[in-house]
Amino acid sequence: MSVVKNELMSYLLIILCVTSFLILLPSRNASRIVAGITVFAIAAFSSWLAIDTLITAFSGSEPSTRSVEGLIPSLFVIDPLSAFFILIINFTMISGYIYSLDYLKEYIIRKPPVWVKIHYLALVWLQVSMVILPMLRNGFWFLTAWELMTLSSFILVIFDFDEKGTLKAGLSYLVQMHVGMLFLLLAFALSSAGQDTVSFDNLGNWFRDNRNWPMFLLFFIGFGLKAGFFVLHTWLPDAHPAAPSHVSGIMSGVMIKLGIYGILRVTTYLQGDFAVIGAAVIIISAITGVYGVMMAILQHDIKKLLAYHSIENIGIIGLGIGLGIFGTAIGNNIVAAAGYAGALLHTLNHSLFKSLLFYSAGSVISQVHTRNIEKTGGIMKFMPLTAWAFLIGAIAISGIPPFNGFISEFLIYTSMFHGLGNNEFYSVVLIFISIFSLVLIGGLALLCFTKVFSVVFLGQPRSEYKPAPVEAGKMMIIAKLLPVIPVVLIGLLPFLFVKPVLSIAQSAFVPATDTGSAIIMKPMYYIGIASAGLIALIIVAILLRKLMLRKRVITTGPTWGCGYSAVDQRQQYTATSFVQEYASLTNPVIKTGYSKIHYGDDEIFPGPRDFHTHSDDFIRSRIINKPADFMVRILKKGAVFQTGKLQHYVLYVLLFMVLIFILTYLKII
Amino acid sequence: MVALILILTTSLFFPGLIVRVKSIASGRKGPGILQPIKNIYVLLRKGIVYSTLSGTVSRFAPVIVFGSVAVASLMIPVAGFEPLISFNGDFILFAYLLALARFMMIIASFDTGSSFEGMGASREALYGMLIEPALFILLAGLVVFTGEYSLTGIFNLPGGENYNLIYGLIISYILGNITIIENSRVPLDDPKTHLELTMIHEVMVLDTSGFNLALIQFSSFIKFAVFGSLIASALIPRDLSLAWRLISFVTVQMVFAATIGFLESFRTRFKMNRNQQFILTVTMISVLMFVIILFTKNIF
Repeated sequence: MSVVKNELMSYLLIILCVTSFLILLPSRNASRIVAGITVFAIAAFSSWLAIDTLITAFSGSEPSTRSVEGLIPSLFVIDPLSAFFILIINFTMISGYIYSLDYLKEYIIRKPPVWVKIHYLALVWLQVSMVILPMLRNGFWFLTAWELMTLSSFILVIFDFDEKGTLKAGLSYLVQMHVGMLFLLLAFALSSAGQDTVSFDNLGNWFRDNRNWPMFLLFFIGFGLKAGFFVLHTWLPDAHPAAPSHVSGIMSGVMIKLGIYGILRVTTYLQGDFAVIGAAVIIISAITGVYGVMMAILQHDIKKLLAYHSIENIGIIGLGIGLGIFGTAIGNNIVAAAGYAGALLHTLNHSLFKSLLFYSAGSVISQVHTRNIEKTGGIMKFMPLTAWAFLIGAIAISGIPPFNGFISEFLIYTSMFHGLGNNEFYSVVLIFISIFSLVLIGGLALLCFTKVFSVVFLGQPRSEYKPAPVEAGKMMIIAKLLPVIPVVLIGLLPFLFVKPVLSIAQSAFVPATDTGSAIIMKPMYYIGIASAGLIALIIVAILLRKLMLRKRVITTGPTWGCGYSAVDQRQQYTATSFVQEYASLTNPVIKTGYSKIHYGDDEIFPGPRDFHTHSDDFIRSRIINKPADFMVRILKKGAVFQTGKLQHYVLYVLLFMVLIFILTYLKII
Repeated sequence: MVALILILTTSLFFPGLIVRVKSIASGRKGPGILQPIKNIYVLLRKGIVYSTLSGTVSRFAPVIVFGSVAVASLMIPVAGFEPLISFNGDFILFAYLLALARFMMIIASFDTGSSFEGMGASREALYGMLIEPALFILLAGLVVFTGEYSLTGIFNLPGGENYNLIYGLIISYILGNITIIENSRVPLDDPKTHLELTMIHEVMVLDTSGFNLALIQFSSFIKFAVFGSLIASALIPRDLSLAWRLISFVTVQMVFAATIGFLESFRTRFKMNRNQQFILTVTMISVLMFVIILFTKNIF
């Protein structure tokens, strides 16, 4: 086992502190460059550790955990599971940083320079905290890093704090994260009671001696708040639209995945109650996934829509985890391995296509200056590269071949269908629910992403753009290209990527069996062949078309208007009309509100009218807003004492002292 | 390879057969059985008119629609012949390739900026979303029933001790309805309607012409043949001799085409807002099928 020297880790921390100050230097460019160098350096160093761990773990007899000796011996421990998450985090951090170079350009002029510097500082520390989180087992340091991650991402979210609603969204995020922190604290405290150290490693003992599900539930709530599972998701649709696009990409792509990491880490220690926990996780995830995409379809704000899709994808990942746990419960290694591998691969995939989608959406927003998709249209003619990037992301996130989203969903489906082989009523019904929800999620995601792509990028502009949009800058294009490459590669050559992910899943959760791996791997080769066939057929068809049209005329003409030729660009089909039938179908669950003013009887020449639709997240209004309003109402009653007059406060002090005196006299205190 | 050739041949005659049945039923002389395929031949050799508003999407989408449907057809077992591609979970790839085709159709129709096409696209997306669970539940039920995980394995069920005509008929009923919904035929949508407001499939290709239109129409022919082959596989016992298998395959396909033709001749289409109920009914029937299978396997 190769061990990183004691000094290396401490040097690293010292260097980080120094660069943090360098970022705050007065020069404008320096902060950007120093932050960039730091981001790349941290990425290079931690990725090297991670890759090294993976290679030693899967090359031979080496044990699959290794410790990086740091300030405290064996504080930093990397196993294949942490290595996997470290690699994902670094990839998205790098693309996010590159994207920010172009995205923040207009803000550098508009904002006080110190805000840009603090933004970069927070970016660097977000990366540091995220990268070391998977390495930490010690509860105290884990929670410290967890808090650092929350705070730095909070600062990143409120970058546009002078805009309406940003600060509120940021604070709601901050408060909810600390509620989650409370649960984690409680979980760590309970599980490590009576032990020398507070650590994940105590969980093994705890789970052996006690019921498993209550402790798992505590961790699940704590980590689930970060990940955005159903009922705990309400911060996501607020925080993502408020944040700058690269921050949304990073947060949605990788930060919420650390919640998933936490759940997976706790899962590795589970000793019993597999059936209960697995079933609960599957059902919660199924609801999360379906609810997320159902809400997403009704959104007009493109970033809010993408945020709801993060919830949907967390649901899909959760389905994988649930199936993994359930597979262990029924003792079926194929179900377990395929479920966990699907969850891990979908974590990677989602970080790729979600950051891609947020970057593309951000480029569009920075050109048209609105997040409302009803006001856009025809962007593809102005920004073809961005449009292509978004299209690839949209196909991938809908889980459609030949891109990566399909591969991870296929693994999860594999797990489900193999689970059906276990002929017990209980498990068949559970698997039935999970299949039904995943199919529904796929169909709904297709509905949603055809809507966004068509409305934003195709047709004609629905309002006039001033000035006309231009293609995104070079850095933005590079940042989008970075995730596009793996999105396409994983889709076309799935066997290359599924193999290591499967090994990671097996090393962490289930004993590897040769037959099991072969059964899971074999379809991957066929999917590769089918994708190759698809591309070959497409190329052949295109060539054939060229050949047939050699001597023919290709002309253009106006769109068929059914005899009505004075079509206005605002009469195009909108996002609302596209999903109107769907909205009427879901109205019993998600109320879509319409606000319009009817024409009066005396209005012979009606003036212009406004029409709005909006859909409320009933979870947020019931679970977050109502109790909060209730609290505020009660606390307001207490505010009668807060008069703001000095005399009254002196009176309070006097009364308090009298009270103390009387109580002491009566020997009550 | 035989499977592919059989599917392609079927797809050449299938739409013609429907048209023939319709004209006989309505007492017209009608076009010949090869007319639809002749139309495609004519279209292939025509020039193309694109909408002035359309961009690259209109140019590549028809090709991808064709490609994905064609690849999907490679996974279908036909009359006992092994398909070119068969692996555990191939039906997932099959269903999602059809979804890719749907995705491309929808964005291509939006590319023209036409409200009519948007209307069709909206319905296509919704109905596609609603019908997908029916197919998966049916397949999940068959996975429980047969213990196999590939289309070839699953539709091996008529053969030996598993042959059951009742199941075959229920499967055919569900698959037949799925075909009607996938291809937007009566009672969901009338392909011969003249009013753009009420179309689904036809309105989405209003601005597609020439070679592109030919590809899209041919893909829908292939879809007919694909689902027809699945129905045939569900009905024909596997242990028949080769000749009988082929004869019964052709018979099933012809009966299927004739059924669609008769339906279109004698049945009126639904009101647009009734379609969702119709699709959900099909889904519920496949849930029932699933429950029945649980009973027969003594899982309840």
